[in-house]
Amino acid sequence: MDKIYKALAEIVGEEFVSNRKEELYIYSRDSGLSEPRFPDYVVMPRTVEEVQKIIQLANKEKIHVVPAGASLSLSGLTIPQKGGIVIDMRRMDRILELNRKGRYVVLEAGVTQGKLQAFLEENAPDLCHSLPEAPPSATVVGNLVIHGQGNLTQAYGFNSSMISGLEVVLPNGEICRIGSCSLSPYWFSIEPLPYLAGLFLGWFGTTGVITKVGLRLYPKKKLRDVELFVLEDPKLVSEVIYRVTHTEMAEDITTVAQPYPLMFQGTIMIGIYLTGDTEEELEFKRRLIWSSLSELIKAKEGGFMALTPDMKVGFLEKPMSSLTRSADILKGGGFVYCGAIIPIEKFPEALKKLFEIAERNGVTFAHTGRVIGRGHCMMFAFAYPFNRADLERMEKAKRALFDSYVATLEIGGVPWKPGAEEQKLILERMDKNSVELIKRIRELLDPNKIMNPGNWEVEL
Amino acid sequence: MQSQNFVLKFQKELCETCPTYDCLTRCQYLNIDTKTAEREIRKLLNGEDSFVLHECVTCYACEEYCKRGNHPFYLITDLQEKKGILPAPKPIVKQWVNLGIPDKKDIPHFYGAEEPVISLCLFPDFVDSISGKLFQGVSIVLGRHFFCNLVYLHFGKPSLIRERLPKIIENIASHGFKEVVFFHDECYSTFTSYADAYDIKVPFRPVHLFEYLYNRLKELKDEIKPLNVRIAYQRNCSTRLTPEKEHYLDKIFELLGVERVERKYDRENALCCGGIIRALQKLELFVEVQKKNVEDMKKAKAEYCVFNCPACYSSLAERVRKEGIKPIMLHQLCKLALREEPR
Ligand SMILES: Cc1cc2nc3c(=O)[nH]c(=O)nc-3n(C[C@H](O)[C@H](O)[C@H](O)COP(=O)(O)OP(=O)(O)OC[C@H]3O[C@@H](n4cnc5c(N)ncnc54)[C@H](O)[C@@H]3O)c2cc1C
Ligand code: SF4
Repeated sequence: MDKIYKALAEIVGEEFVSNRKEELYIYSRDSGLSEPRFPDYVVMPRTVEEVQKIIQLANKEKIHVVPAGASLSLSGLTIPQKGGIVIDMRRMDRILELNRKGRYVVLEAGVTQGKLQAFLEENAPDLCHSLPEAPPSATVVGNLVIHGQGNLTQAYGFNSSMISGLEVVLPNGEICRIGSCSLSPYWFSIEPLPYLAGLFLGWFGTTGVITKVGLRLYPKKKLRDVELFVLEDPKLVSEVIYRVTHTEMAEDITTVAQPYPLMFQGTIMIGIYLTGDTEEELEFKRRLIWSSLSELIKAKEGGFMALTPDMKVGFLEKPMSSLTRSADILKGGGFVYCGAIIPIEKFPEALKKLFEIAERNGVTFAHTGRVIGRGHCMMFAFAYPFNRADLERMEKAKRALFDSYVATLEIGGVPWKPGAEEQKLILERMDKNSVELIKRIRELLDPNKIMNPGNWEVEL
Repeated sequence: MQSQNFVLKFQKELCETCPTYDCLTRCQYLNIDTKTAEREIRKLLNGEDSFVLHECVTCYACEEYCKRGNHPFYLITDLQEKKGILPAPKPIVKQWVNLGIPDKKDIPHFYGAEEPVISLCLFPDFVDSISGKLFQGVSIVLGRHFFCNLVYLHFGKPSLIRERLPKIIENIASHGFKEVVFFHDECYSTFTSYADAYDIKVPFRPVHLFEYLYNRLKELKDEIKPLNVRIAYQRNCSTRLTPEKEHYLDKIFELLGVERVERKYDRENALCCGGIIRALQKLELFVEVQKKNVEDMKKAKAEYCVFNCPACYSSLAERVRKEGIKPIMLHQLCKLALREEPR
C-alpha cells in the first residue's frame, strides 16, 4: 500500500483519508473558473495533534500541503497547484467556548458560518458575528484567512480584525498560540503583544494551518431594517457613503448596480442597514440617516426606494440567498467575481471599468459591494455569472475576470482573494522590498516549501 | 401615436366661476385657505408656477373634491411635467419609468384567454388568489404589456401614460374582449377617467373589481357565511378618479356581513396609505399620515383593515398588523366569507 496513504490513515483513521480518484476529483476544483488540479491525498483531521502529525509527515516526505475549508473562495485558493495533501478542516467543528460578557467565542477551524450563526441564535441571541453572504457551509476560518467581510464590516473593519486569538500549526509542525491565549487561559485579545496574527492572515495557508480561533462577537439588536438609497450618478456614491457613515447609525452599507431586473438599469442602489432594540431606536436612526442625505434628496439627485415587504425579506435575510440566486441568473451554476478593495472615491472609475469589460467581452455582469470601516475603503465586486454548459461563455467570463483584476490594479485598488495567476500580477507591481519580505518570511517559516505552493510564490 | 395628440379636456371657465375651490381647500396635505386657493388656481389656469406644483403629494383626491367635473389633478400633473418639476428624485423616477418597459420575458398575448377575463396588471403574486368559486372560469392576463402606466401621475411624467396607453389598449383589445375586469383600481381608472379626460378611445368595457365581486357574490349569496367582523377600509389614490363605483363597496360589505367602521379618515376624507408620500421622500409626513390613519382605525375598533390596492397593502399592512389589526385584500375577504383559502 502507498506509504503516505498508510501514514495518513494511521494519523486520522482510514475513513478520513482518501486517494480515490472520485473523491480527489471534488478537491481538484472549486465553483470558480480556475484550472482543476488533482491532489494526491485528502485527509480530514479531528484534532490539532493530528494536524501536527500530518505536517510532520509532509515535512518528512517533502509533500505539499493545502489547508481547506469549504473551498468557496471562487478563486481556486484550495486547488492544489502542485498536488500533495489537501487537509480538509471541516471535521474540526467544535465550538469550544462562549464568553458572553467578554463577547467572544473560541472555535475550531472547521466550524462553518451556519453552525456559528445557529449556535449564537440558540445560546447568545443578543450576540452575533460578522456574517459574510457566502453559503452557510463556508468556514469561519477560511473567511478570516482571506480577509473576508460581513455585515459588521462597515462598523468594525475586515472580519480578520475581529480575531481575538489564534492557534496555529506552523509549517515545521510546532503548535503556536497567538494573543492573550499564548500566556493566559483567556482568548480575549491579540493586542497588545507583537502582532503575530498578521503572519497567518491573507497568506492563503502558506504560513501554517490555523486550528483554533478566538472571534469577537458584537451586540445583536432585536430589530433590523434596510433602506435603499438610489442614485444615477456614480460620482455621488462616495458622498452618500461619507455622509451615512458619519452618522454612525448604520450596521452595514452595501452597493448594487446591475442591468437586471430592468427596473434597476441605470441606477445604483446603496443598501443601508439599521438595527435597534426598539422601534424608537430604529426610527431615530432612520431619521438621522435620511436627514444626512437631505441635500441630495432636495437636489433630486437621489432618494430612498420604496421596498415591498417581499423585497425587504430578501434583503434582510442573513446570508442573502437571493444573492446566490441572482448569481445564477444564466442558470447552469456558474458565477465568479473579482473583489476589488478600493478607496470609496474610486467607485465611479470601477463601475465604468465594469461596464467596459462586460461590453468588450460580451458577458452578463452585476456589481455588488460593501463598505469597509467607516468608508475607509470598500469591496467592489466585478461579478460575472455564466453557464457551465456553455464553454464559450465560460471563456468569456474568464477573460472578463482577468481584465477586472488588471482594472483593479490600474485604478489603484488591491484585488481581494486573488487566485494564483492574479497573485503574480500583484507581486509584479508590489514594492520590491515588500516582495522580498514575503519571500523571506516564507523561507523562514517553511524551509521545506511544503505549504500551499503556487500561492504568494515569489520567483525573483 | 404621440402623447401630444391627447389634450386634457379642462374647462377653465368652471374654475373661474368656482364658488368653493374645493380642490385645494379640502386638500389634506397642503394647508390652503379660500383666498390662497383662488390665487393659486388662477396661476395654474394661466400655466404659471405655483407652490402647489412643488408641494403636491399626488394623492389624487382633488379630482374627487371637485364637484364641477373638472380635472384639477390632471392639470397639476401636466403642468409639473411642462415645467420640469419632479415630485420625486430623478433616480426614483427612472426606476419607475424602467418598470413599465416590456421585457423580453413578458408575454404580449394570452392565447386562449376567454371572458370573463381579469387583468392583474403587474401583480403576478396574486395569480394564485384568483381562484375558487369567486373566480370560477376566469381567465387572467397580466404583465407589462397590460400595465396601465397611471403611476406616472405621481412622478411628473403623465405624457408617458399617454405615450404608452394606445399600445396597451391595443394589446388588450387584440384579444377581442368586450369586457375586461381590472383587479387594480388604477387600471380601471386609467381606462375610464383618464382615457376620457384625454379623449383616448377604449374599445372594450372596463369593469371594476368591485362590480365583478358584487355580482359574483350575489350569485353565491346562499354560500356566504357572514363574517361578523368590524373592518376599516383603506381607499387608494386612484379611487379618487372614479368615485362612481364606490357604492359597490358598501353593498359588498353588506353581503359579507361585515361592519365598515365609522371613522374620521374614510370615504372622501380618506388618507393616503403613505407609500407615495414616502417615495416622494417626505419621511416625516409619511410617519404622521400613517400614524393618524392607523390610530383612527384603532379608535374605531376595527379588527381588519381591508385594502383594494396591492400597493397600499404593501405600504400599510405591516403597520396595521403591529397595532393588532389584520390586513387583508378585498377579494381575499370575500373568499373568507365563502370559507375558501384566501391565499
Ligand atoms: C455566493 C457567494 C457569496 C460570497 N459572499 C462573501 C461575502 O459576503 N464576504 C466574504 O468575505 N466572502 C464571500 N464569499 C467568498 C467565500 O465563500 C467566503 O469568504 C468563505 O467564507 C470562505 O470560506 P471557505 O471555508 O470556503 O474557505 P476556503 O476557500 O476553503 O479557504 C480560503 C483560503 O483559506 C485557506 N484556509 C482555509 N482554512 C485554513 C486553515 N485552517 N488554516 C490556514 N489556511 C486555511 C485556504 O487554503 C484558502 O487559501 C462568497 C462566496 C460565494 C460563493
Ligand atoms: S378644479 Fe373644480 S374645485 Fe377646483 S377650482 Fe376648478 S372647478 Fe373649483
